[in-house]
Amino acid sequence: MRLRVSTAVETGFIAVFWFMIISGLTVPLMLGVGYLLRPKGKNTRRKMTSYECGEEPVGSAWVKFNIRFYIVAIVFIIFDVEMAAIFPVAVVFKESIANGTVALVFSEIFIFVALLLIGLIYCWVRGDLEWVKGVTKFAPNK
Amino acid sequence: MVQSAQFAHSLEGWFGFLPLWGWAAISAAIVIYFLALPFGGLATYVERKIAADMQDRIGPNRVGPLGILQFLADAIKMLGKEDFVPKGGDRFLFNLAPLFVVVGSCTAFAVLPLSKYLIGADVNIGVIFILAVTTLIAPGILLGAWASENKWSLLGGLRAASQIVSYEIPVALSILPVVLISGSLQMGQIVDQQGWTLFGENPATFHFWNAFHNPFAFFAMFILFIGGLAETNRIPFDLPEAESELVSGFNTEFSGMRFGLYALGEFCDVFVMSAMVAALYLGGWHIPFLDIEKLGFALPTALVAMVHLTVFMVKTLLVVFVVMWLRWTLPRLRVDQLMGMCWKGMLPIAFINVLGTAVWMWVFKGQSMMQLLAGHG
Repeated sequence: MRLRVSTAVETGFIAVFWFMIISGLTVPLMLGVGYLLRPKGKNTRRKMTSYECGEEPVGSAWVKFNIRFYIVAIVFIIFDVEMAAIFPVAVVFKESIANGTVALVFSEIFIFVALLLIGLIYCWVRGDLEWVKGVTKFAPNK
Repeated sequence: MVQSAQFAHSLEGWFGFLPLWGWAAISAAIVIYFLALPFGGLATYVERKIAADMQDRIGPNRVGPLGILQFLADAIKMLGKEDFVPKGGDRFLFNLAPLFVVVGSCTAFAVLPLSKYLIGADVNIGVIFILAVTTLIAPGILLGAWASENKWSLLGGLRAASQIVSYEIPVALSILPVVLISGSLQMGQIVDQQGWTLFGENPATFHFWNAFHNPFAFFAMFILFIGGLAETNRIPFDLPEAESELVSGFNTEFSGMRFGLYALGEFCDVFVMSAMVAALYLGGWHIPFLDIEKLGFALPTALVAMVHLTVFMVKTLLVVFVVMWLRWTLPRLRVDQLMGMCWKGMLPIAFINVLGTAVWMWVFKGQSMMQLLAGHG
């Protein structure tokens, strides 16, 4: 007996839930089959070292990495948050053409894009987008 | 207008004896086990075969007719491989990483509009859902790379993270024109509006493929495609794996089925990205200039669903073919070129596309080039 017919959107999210569950279960399933089939050799010291083309690894691999990756991540977060704010405005844009509020909605989209563009120009001028920094500008033998 | 229906609804309508959530589970299992995973397997075979053709070789031809069962042989080989975590590595994160990649790419199949009556989950945030879920792949790659305790992996993982994250922005901005045009985030609605028929009356909502809606949308399609290539780490953007510099990049320490899951996840992601291009810009399930539901006589829903599915798959696989074709055509970019191209090249163009589409919509009251040509009031 069905108590209540779920709406289309509810069914959609139920299906999404099942997609997550089933694809999530596939991973342990496949690794589990592999666990049953694969040979289990002795873990010798040489085998357990990380692969560095045959050389003995020098030090830990968890080294300090370049700050540029961090700057890219920060710039991304700012852009992405603002992107998330544009989407709802974009959804109502078509409707606004029909009901006459298009100027308002368009100016809102324009303000969002302009903010992003100013941010992009700021990063550009500051040199945050340059991957190779100061090599030509400050090279000692020039 | 006939409302589009989700896979679970269609199954319930055709067979009926299970509650709707049961059909939802079955539809999810069908899409994952009969579409996503087989595609991931077959794609490795097809890629090798295409590579062979382009380099005037034969390619895999021993296992099964034309070597088509090669991927099964590969899977069995991978299952039999010894598997271990390197000594200094983080065991928990190492085990967790492939899960992120597979769940991220397979869950995105839920909202792909396979056919008007076979959308796994036609949720009202479909487009954002794909963007959100495929982003799970970036932490998956980074976690795996970090947990390996290997310098090659770390470099590859960091490159992957910064690359995926950077190209996320042009990709999202190239989806925005479609949202402006169709006023919806729901995949079913977005695709449905892209119909056009020469035999009969076109409803006012039909405006032909989004790629040909206006010139800006046409360019946005290419930005989306190029950004998709970068997000899936495909050549010419395969710096995270760059086998000539980084051995194998982020998956250097992964062996056996763990590596297989990474490869599977990546290929599923290629399918998702290609399907996005096909669904958002190339009309999805619509046959150009023909609407099989407006022929004047009613076809059974199941038949319509199958025709739609075929058309959608043909379009998607053509885009996938272009992705594989590019692999044997273009050289790899340098890291600085990669970042420069994203932030200084594609991002400004994507901004112009968004504003241009908005202006076009305003000036022409939301009509597409096709509708203007046909002289719709």
